Amino acid sequence: MKVVLLGATKGMGRSLGRLLVDRKHDLFLLGRDEVDVARSARDLEVRGARPLNSVGSAACDLARPETFGPALEAAEKALGKVDTVIVTGGLFATQDKLEADPDFAARLLHVNFTGTVLFCEAARKRLLAGGGGTLCVFSSVAGERGRKPVIIYGAAKAGLSRYLEGLDHKFSGQGLNVITVKPGFVKTSMTAGLPAPPFAGEPDDVAKLVITAIEKKKPVAYVPRPWALIMFVIRLLPRALMRKLNF
Amino acid sequence: MRRSREEQLSGWGRVPTVSAQQLLSEDLAAITRDVPLSRGLGRSYGDASLPAMGDPRVAGSVLADRILSFDPDSGILRAEAGLSLREMVRLFLPRGFFTPVSPGTQFVTLGGMVAADIHGKNHHRDGCFGQHVTSLRIRVADGRIVDCSPTKERDLFRATIGGMGLTGHILEVAVRLKRIPSPWIYFESVRVPDIDAYVAALKESSASWPQTVGFIDCTKGGRHLGRGILIKGRWADPKEAPSFPPPPKHERNVPFDLPSGLINRLSIRMFNALTYWKHRAPVRRGIIHPEDYFYPLDKVLHWNRAYGKRGLTQYQCVLPNEAGPSVARRFLELMRARHAASPVCVIKDCGPEGIGLLSFPRPGISIAVDFAVNERTQALVDALNEFVIREGGRIYLAKDAFTRAAHFRAMEPRLAEWEAIRRRWDPERKFRSRQSVRVLGDDPAPGTSRVPDEIRDPSSSGLSPAPRSRTA
Repeated sequence: MKVVLLGATKGMGRSLGRLLVDRKHDLFLLGRDEVDVARSARDLEVRGARPLNSVGSAACDLARPETFGPALEAAEKALGKVDTVIVTGGLFATQDKLEADPDFAARLLHVNFTGTVLFCEAARKRLLAGGGGTLCVFSSVAGERGRKPVIIYGAAKAGLSRYLEGLDHKFSGQGLNVITVKPGFVKTSMTAGLPAPPFAGEPDDVAKLVITAIEKKKPVAYVPRPWALIMFVIRLLPRALMRKLNF
Repeated sequence: MRRSREEQLSGWGRVPTVSAQQLLSEDLAAITRDVPLSRGLGRSYGDASLPAMGDPRVAGSVLADRILSFDPDSGILRAEAGLSLREMVRLFLPRGFFTPVSPGTQFVTLGGMVAADIHGKNHHRDGCFGQHVTSLRIRVADGRIVDCSPTKERDLFRATIGGMGLTGHILEVAVRLKRIPSPWIYFESVRVPDIDAYVAALKESSASWPQTVGFIDCTKGGRHLGRGILIKGRWADPKEAPSFPPPPKHERNVPFDLPSGLINRLSIRMFNALTYWKHRAPVRRGIIHPEDYFYPLDKVLHWNRAYGKRGLTQYQCVLPNEAGPSVARRFLELMRARHAASPVCVIKDCGPEGIGLLSFPRPGISIAVDFAVNERTQALVDALNEFVIREGGRIYLAKDAFTRAAHFRAMEPRLAEWEAIRRRWDPERKFRSRQSVRVLGDDPAPGTSRVPDEIRDPSSSGLSPAPRSRTA
C-alpha cells in the first residue's frame, strides 16, 4: 500500500506507522508539528531499514483546513499514487476539563469534527480522482452513546462516525472503502492517568487489527474486539439506567 | 501530557512500594520539566526509580522510544531514552548488530542502561555499557537541555553514567552497537564441584572467552559449597551457526501473586540441586538461541510474583581481586551462617573500572543473590555489607533496597568526586529518588518539614531506622 498517515507521532498512530513499515508498505506522514513528524519519519526509516528520507513528512494541522491541500499534494508527489489515507489524529480531554474550559472544548470540537471531516473531504476527493482507495479514520466508541464521562468528546466522535457512514453509503460503489475504526480504551499517552477498565487494549494490538480491517475492507472495526460486544450492550441500556450509571 | 492520578509504584523486587504519580508522554522533554526523577521500565530491583517523599512525580520515559538515526558503518545508534533493549534486539540482531553490553533482561530502557551503567557477561572484555555510549542529551537541574560526551561536558557525562538518574533526565542516548558475525551463540558449560574450583575456572576462562557467567548452588555446605555451572560463550561463527535466524520466543507469565512462603529454604535447595544435576554431562557445548543465553529469566514474565506480596531483594556486590581467591567462599559461608538462601546465585568476572564515576564493577568477582524479603532481610544486608566493606568491595545500586547511608559511604571512596560534580550541576539537589534519600542522605522533602510517610519501607518496618543525614 501507499499510505498517507495523519497522526503518526503518538499513540495508536505511532504503532500503526511502525507496523506498516514492518510490513513493507510505503508511507508519508502528516502531523501538526513539522519537526516532530519528521522525527517520527526518521524513526520509521531506521526501523524499516530504509534509506534516509524515504519516509516523507509534511505539516498538516486538523485545526487549519488551509494546510490540507498542500500536505496531500506533498504526499502524492512523494508516493506517486496514494491508495490509502489513515487519520488517527485528534484531541482528547476529560469531560471535567472540557466543562471547565470552553475555549479548549471549542478547539476540540473543531479539530475532532469540523477539521477531521474537511480533511476527509479533501482526501476522498483525491482518492476518487485516482479511481478509489481506502479512507481509514479513527472515531471512537465514545460516539456510540451519550455517556457521562465523554459527553463533548463523544458528541464530536458521534458526528464523525455518522459522516463516515454516509461517505461509505455514497461512495463505496465508486471504489472508496471507508473504514471507521472505533477504539475502546487503549493504553496510550492520551489515556495515561485514567483508570484502565477491563479489556483495555495495547496500541500495537490495535495496529494489527486496523491493518486487517483495511485489508478485508471492513467498514466498521471495534478495537480491541471485545468492545464490539461491550458497545452492543451499552447501546441497549435504557435511559433510566444510563442516568444512574457513571460510565 | 496530562497529570496522572497516584498509583502504587515499585521496582522489580516490589519492595518498597510507594504512592507515586507517573507522567507518561511521547514528549519526554515536556514531562521532565521541574520533575525530580525519571523512570524507565522499572527493572531496578529496589527504590532507584521511585520518587522521594516530598514530590510524588516521576517522568516515565517508555513512550519516548523513537530511533533518531543509525549508521551501519559506525554502528552508532541514536534514540530517545525510552527505547527498550527488547526492541533494539528485535530490530538490530537480524541486521548483524547487538548491544555492546547486555544485562540479564531485555525489559530495560536505554536511559536505564545508562543510569545504572549496566554490565554483562562480557565485563572482563568490554566493560560497562557506558564505555560504548558516545553522547547523551540531558535535561539538567536549571532546566536546560545539555549534550555531553566523553569530550564535551565530560564531568556531567561521567557522573551521569551510573549516576542513577541523579544528575538529570536522560532524554537521548547515542551508543555504538557491536557488529556480530551471526545472530547465534556458541556456548560451553562446565559443571564445577565447589566454589574455589569455580572461581579458578571463571578467571581462567576469561582469558579465552569473551563472555562468562555461572550459577552457584549456595545452599549446599561442606565440600560441595558453591558447586555450580560455569557457562562460557561467544557469538557463533557463520559457518557453525544455523542458516536461519533465531525464531521469536514466546514468554510464559506468572499471572498473579504466589503465596509469599513458596520460595523457602527447602524449595530453594531443591531448585538449586535441580539446576546442578540437570546439567548431566560434565561439559556441554553447542549453539544456543541468543535469548535463551542472555535472557533466560525473561521467558517467565512477572517472575517476581513468585515471591508473593512481600517481594524480593537482590543483593549484588563485587569483591576485589585483592581480597584473594577465597573471598567468594567466605561470602557464601557468611550467607549460610545467617541461614540466607537464594534460588539463584550468579557469579561473574569483572574487569577494570569504566568511565562512569559511580559505576558498580571493579576488577574482581561479582556475586548476585536473590532473597525473599522478611523481617530479617535488613540485618542480613547489613551483615553482608559489613563483610563487603572489610574486603574492599561495593554494592550495585540498581539492585539495592536496604543499604544504609553509612555503609554506602564506606564502600564508595569515589563518592566525594561524584558529589562535587552533582553540586555544580544541581546545587539544590533537585534530582532525588527514594534511593538517594536512603543512601546519599538527600532531603526527603525539601522545603517542608513533613515527616516522610513510609509505605512498606524496609528500612523502617519495625527495624532500627537507617541513618539519615539531612542537608540544611
